[in-house]
Order: sequence, then C-alpha cells, then structure tokens
Amino acid sequence: MILRAEGLTKSFPGVRALDGVDLSLRPGEVHVLLGENGAGKSTLIKILSGAYRPDDGRVLMDGRPVEIRDAGDARRLGISTIYQEFNLVPELSVAENLSLGRPPRRFGLIDSAAMMRRGGELLDRVGVRVDPRTPVRRLGIARMQMVEIAKALALDARVLIMDEPTAVLTTGEVGKLFEIVRRLRDDGVAIVFITHHLEEIAEIGDRVTVLRDGRSVAEVPAGTSQDELVRLMVGRPIDQQFPRRPAELGEPLLSVRGLTRTGAFDDISFEVRAGEVVGLAGLVGAGRTEVARAVFGADRYDAGEVFVRGRRLPPADVHAAMEAGLGLVPEDRKGQGLVLGADIGENLGLVTLRDATRAGFVDLKGQRAAAARVAGQLGIRMTGLDQEVRTLSGGNQQKVVIGKWLVAEAGVLILDEPTRGVDVAAKVEIYQLVNALTDSGHAVLMISSDLPEVLGMSDRILVMARGRLVGELPAAEATQDGVMALAVTDVAGSRAE
Amino acid sequence: MPSKRSAAWLAENGAVAALVVLVVALSLLSSDFLSLTNLLNVGVQAAVTAILAFGSTFVIVTGGIDLSVGSVAALSAITLAWTATEGGLPWPAAVVLSLATGVACGLVNAALIAYGKLPPFIATLAMLGIARGLALVISQGSPIAMPEAVSHLGDTVGRFLPIPVLVMLVMGVVAAVILNRTYPGRAMYAIGGNEEAARLSGIKVSRIKLVTYALSGAFAAVAGVVLASRLASAQPQAAAGYELDAIAAVVIGGASLSGGKGRALGTLVGALILAVLRNGLNLLSVSAFWQQVVIGVVIALAVLVDTLRRRGTN
Repeated sequence: MILRAEGLTKSFPGVRALDGVDLSLRPGEVHVLLGENGAGKSTLIKILSGAYRPDDGRVLMDGRPVEIRDAGDARRLGISTIYQEFNLVPELSVAENLSLGRPPRRFGLIDSAAMMRRGGELLDRVGVRVDPRTPVRRLGIARMQMVEIAKALALDARVLIMDEPTAVLTTGEVGKLFEIVRRLRDDGVAIVFITHHLEEIAEIGDRVTVLRDGRSVAEVPAGTSQDELVRLMVGRPIDQQFPRRPAELGEPLLSVRGLTRTGAFDDISFEVRAGEVVGLAGLVGAGRTEVARAVFGADRYDAGEVFVRGRRLPPADVHAAMEAGLGLVPEDRKGQGLVLGADIGENLGLVTLRDATRAGFVDLKGQRAAAARVAGQLGIRMTGLDQEVRTLSGGNQQKVVIGKWLVAEAGVLILDEPTRGVDVAAKVEIYQLVNALTDSGHAVLMISSDLPEVLGMSDRILVMARGRLVGELPAAEATQDGVMALAVTDVAGSRAE
Repeated sequence: MPSKRSAAWLAENGAVAALVVLVVALSLLSSDFLSLTNLLNVGVQAAVTAILAFGSTFVIVTGGIDLSVGSVAALSAITLAWTATEGGLPWPAAVVLSLATGVACGLVNAALIAYGKLPPFIATLAMLGIARGLALVISQGSPIAMPEAVSHLGDTVGRFLPIPVLVMLVMGVVAAVILNRTYPGRAMYAIGGNEEAARLSGIKVSRIKLVTYALSGAFAAVAGVVLASRLASAQPQAAAGYELDAIAAVVIGGASLSGGKGRALGTLVGALILAVLRNGLNLLSVSAFWQQVVIGVVIALAVLVDTLRRRGTN
C-alpha cells in the first residue's frame, strides 16, 4: 500500500460529508472513485490534497501516519491533484507553468534554456506534442489537461488524483488520456480516477471504491457490471437510464430561420414544438453553444430570425428573449448560470426579480414562496433556501439553474449540456424533469455531447458540423454511429440533408 | 440552526463589536469622550463620510469602485452656491440643479464603464479630475457663500439633533431600502456576484450600472451640500480625498471589493468607526501625523480580521 486512509470523517454545518471513509491505494493501480454528487468524493480528495482537515480518521503513507495540513504538505508527500478547474496561468508559456514556483536558476536569474528543456522532457513523458514556449491560453482544454498532468510529474507525484478528467474531453481525446494514465500506472504511480462515465471504468480502472452518503460502501474490481455499480452507488437499481416519455406535440414554439454569424455558424434553421425535445448533437466546437447563445440573445448574429410563439425576437436582447418565454441553461454552470456567493432563494428568483417588483419594491415574500415551491418540485437537497449555492453538489446546482427558469415559467428551454458533471441519479432526475416539462407543453432544445443521452432523451435530433446543420434524424431511427457519421461530415463538400 | 445564525450575525456585525470596543476604550481613556457635545460632534463628523459611503456601497456591491465622489461632492456644492448667488436662482432650483450635477457625473461614469468598457477605476479616476477641475473653474478657485436657507442644513435642531446627523440617517435608510427591497438593489448584488449570470437571467446590466453610479453621484451631491452648509460656504477644494474614507468605511463595514456583498448598516458603522477614531485621537492629543498612521492600521486590521473570520467559517 502506498497510501491508506482510515475512518476519515468530516462535517460541515448541516451535513456530514464523510463518515468513516476508508481508501487504500496500491502503487501502479488506477483506483476509480465512484459515487453520486454529494456522496463525498470531492471532500475526500480535498482532504488528501490538504485543502480540508478531517475531523477524525488518519492518512498513512507507506504505512506511516502523515499530516496533510496544506497543499505544500501534499506536494512533499508526492500527492498531486488535477481538479476540473485547471490551475494554470493562461498568459504564461507551457514551460513556465511547468516550472511555476521553482524555476531553474543560474546566478540568481531564471535559466530559460533549462526551463524549456525541462518542459520539453515533461511533455514528452506524457506524450503530448506542444512547443513549450506556447502560452497556455492558446491550448485547447485537452492539451491544458496534459500540461496539468505534466505539472504533476514535475512534482514527482507518487499519487495522482484526477477529478473527472474525461468530463470535458471528446472521445478521441479520452483515448489519448487513457494512454497517458496507463503509462503512469506502469511507472508505479497510484492514480485516483473520478468519473461519472461507467463505461470508462472497465477500460481504465483496476479497482473501484464506491462512496454513498459519505461512507465507503464497497471496494470491487473494475470488471464489475455497470448495473451492479449503479446499484452500489445509489443503493437501489435504476431501471431506466433514459426515461424519455414522448408527449403530444403542439404548435411550434421556437422557430429559427437562416441564423448566421460569420465564422461561427451558417444558415441555421429549425423548429421546436410544444411538447417536443429536440437534441442538438455534434462535436465540441461545431457551433452548437454559439447557436444557442445567439438564439437566446446572449450574443449577436449577422443574419436570420428567431421567433418565439410566432413573435420575432430582437437580436442580442436577453431581456426580450426572457419576456417572450425563452430560457437558457448555459454550458458553464458556475461561470454563467449561478451567482455562487448568493443563496438558493436569490438564485431561483433572479429571472423574476423585475416582474416581482410592485411600486418600486421587490415582493421578497412572493419570490421566496415561488423559490420554495420550485425547490420542492425539483427535490433540491439543501439545508434551506438560505444555503449558499457554492456549497451545493453539481447536480443540485444544475437544478437551481433550471429552477430559475421554472420560477419564471419559461415555455421554451434551451439546455446546454444539462447533465455535465452531474451524477447518475441526478441525471435521471433531470431527465424526468424534462419529461414533466414536455408533458405540460414546454418545448426543449437540448445540446449534449453525450450521445446515449441525445439518443435516449430527444424526439428529434439535429446534427451540427463546422457551424452548419448537416442532418436531422427522428430519434427512433437514430443510432450513435449514424449521428457520429454526420457530426464528422466535411461540410466543405456537400450538405447531407 | 442557532450556531450558524450567530456565526452569520458575527460575520455581518463584527464591525459593530469593533465600534463598541472602541467606544468603551475611549470613554475609559478620556473623560470628555462620552459627553453629549462630543458625541454629537462625532456624529456630525461622520455624516459627510457616511453619506458618501452609502453611495459608494451601491457601486462596491456591483463589484465597481467610485473614486470621484469627493470631487463630485465639491462640484455639486459649488453648483448650488454659484447658481443661487451669481446665477440668482431661487434656492430650491439651485438644490435641484446641484443634485442633477451629481447624477450627471454618475451617469457619465456609468456610460464610460457600461458602454465604453473602461474599468471603473479609470473612468472614475478621470471624473475625479474633471469634477474637481470644473469646481475650480466655476468658483475661480474661491469659496462661494451658501444661500442662507440651505446653510441651515448645518444647524442643530434644539440642542440634541444636528441636521447633518439627521440627513445621514435618512440617507442611510434610503440606501438600505434601495439595496434590500428594490429591483435595482437586488440586481446590484447579482451583478457583483456574477455579471454574466445576471445578464443571462435577463437583468439589464448596463442600465443597472447607470442607476448605480447615478445614485453614487446623487449621494455625493447631498454630502457636498451638507458639508458646505456646515462650513457656510461651498469650497472648490472641499472633500478632497474623502472618496478613500468612503471606500474605507464601506470595506470596514463588511463589503467585499470583489462585489456581491455589502450593507448600508455596515457602511454606517464603518463611517462611525472612522469618526470615533479621529475624534478619540484628537481628544488624546495624538498628533495629526500619527492619526493617519493609526487609521491606516485600523483599516488594514478591520479587513484582515474579516478575511480571517470568513476563511475560518468556510
């Protein structure tokens, strides 16, 4: 055993986040940490990386008890953590980031040549081809992640903790990441791997520790069946992963015609009817999010028209879109969806703030009552409406973002990656919410990079590639291969429509 | 949860505790401190800073900063005095013009920030120079007498109620009501907390910023008029540097310069702490030079304690 955690316990006001959790890591293994959001994964890795101190329990390295009081202690012990939000300085070069805080020096000055050389070696070790002089901001997310891994290697990490490293990657990038992870494993590094994608576990993992409600409920081999893993995670079997229940279709609520922004998307036309879920599939970078934001008025467009219930929306006017009954759940939940420092009630009431103003005063009681109603309807797990949104799990945060549009009674919802970083059980809750919305005559446009999700939850699927709509498939006829084939269409040739 | 509530109370009212400690200490150190005359004096001294600081609270809650309030206060007071004396306007019209001047300065700030995309620091730094310069231009560098009717704002009603203190309290209530109960007020917190999320929730961010800086300008105008009334004349160099006291008061009162946090009551307490401290140091015959050192230390300590406490609760 390289690292062993015994009986870790940690409480926050109102919640016991960890309750006697055990974890053991062997050198040269990929140890998957599995659990719903809120099960205690984040708290556990924060204790191991020195961000939190446990209330009880202990951590042993090589059999000796150790104290991890801060990030410095963790580093000295050889524990590196790669969070979902990267710790890179965008304006500095890759090599500077890799030497951050401990640059090679000669005569008291930074030795650039040595720094570049060392950077190059580290990048070679993770097998990524990047000029070490490139500023980090110019790298895509996948390569930034590789730089993070290289940074961990620079610190001679013996334990590498990776928090949902595949959440932001495309399929091809995931394959590359796995290669690197395997190489590190073969070098004897113990890797803690957090993922919500069950199919990845058998591929990359050796053993799995399952957390539920702050306890470690099982340690099983990675070959365990997905059904069994889900059962361990939620404590009960989930019968249906994608419980789409088609609703009766009504009027077209959202019509987009010829929407174009030079360099981003071109001649996009589609409709979404009352009761319908339209999935928008495509590769990352195909222009889906750009279209969604333009439709909602968050960004401008050069040509085209957007209609909600037959009324034309003025371009680039979020307020008008909102008044017309359009709502957007953005891709970046924390950066664009939530006021993290404000409480749940404030966030749920954000959209209706203006409408709830009578004679100059906001009807705070009414706002609170509406927030309480929606929070109950969505089953948001909280200590109360005055809990800071920052302290909620990803799934519950997403419910708050969706909830603010429910409070506003938006008739058309655009959901951009609604289940990214959300655990299995909360995913199903969000799907059921989508069903409830379409049952009551709402229209939903859902952008998702998760193909099974698009196939499972849409009535109709639009596929985008390089800024254009390249195809439309009824859900019943769509297959993963079919959608993928369209998504990689080379638009320069002909449009498959 | 009582423990959480009391922790929250402390987090929000740490400044109150500091004020109480300060008052108790000074009353032990100086027998004159607790006299009625002196306390009223402290109130009057706090009034101008507090009124400016209420205006700055709006701005700081949105995550901005307003460096121009001292200059705008002087310009507004000069406008009032000049239009009433040289211009021959009836004093109520002059008062309205003076407030309009403050609002106009605020709107220019906001336009530069919201539409010109200037950082608030730069836009209001420019206005700090412009407003001060205009005050000097209009007054030709000399004090102008305030109209008789308006300068009563510097009086004391009966023996116990200085009007500046009354104005301060009224402006404080107005600020609290705007922040807590109105749409622009609630929107300010959302913008300071996460501007993009506020925009994507249909809040017209630019418009709210116009309101925010206009309010700051209006509050500055009121502060300028109160200050001029106390001195019985509008002085072009009045309130120089007061913007820093105002920002200090807001921050001591528990607001965060990164936005999303701040309360009118906290700001009032912050302004009182600064006034009590200055007054107490005078009573203890501490030299004016050392007073600046002490006040600097207090500002650093106040924010440091607050930061440490927040870190402790997270």
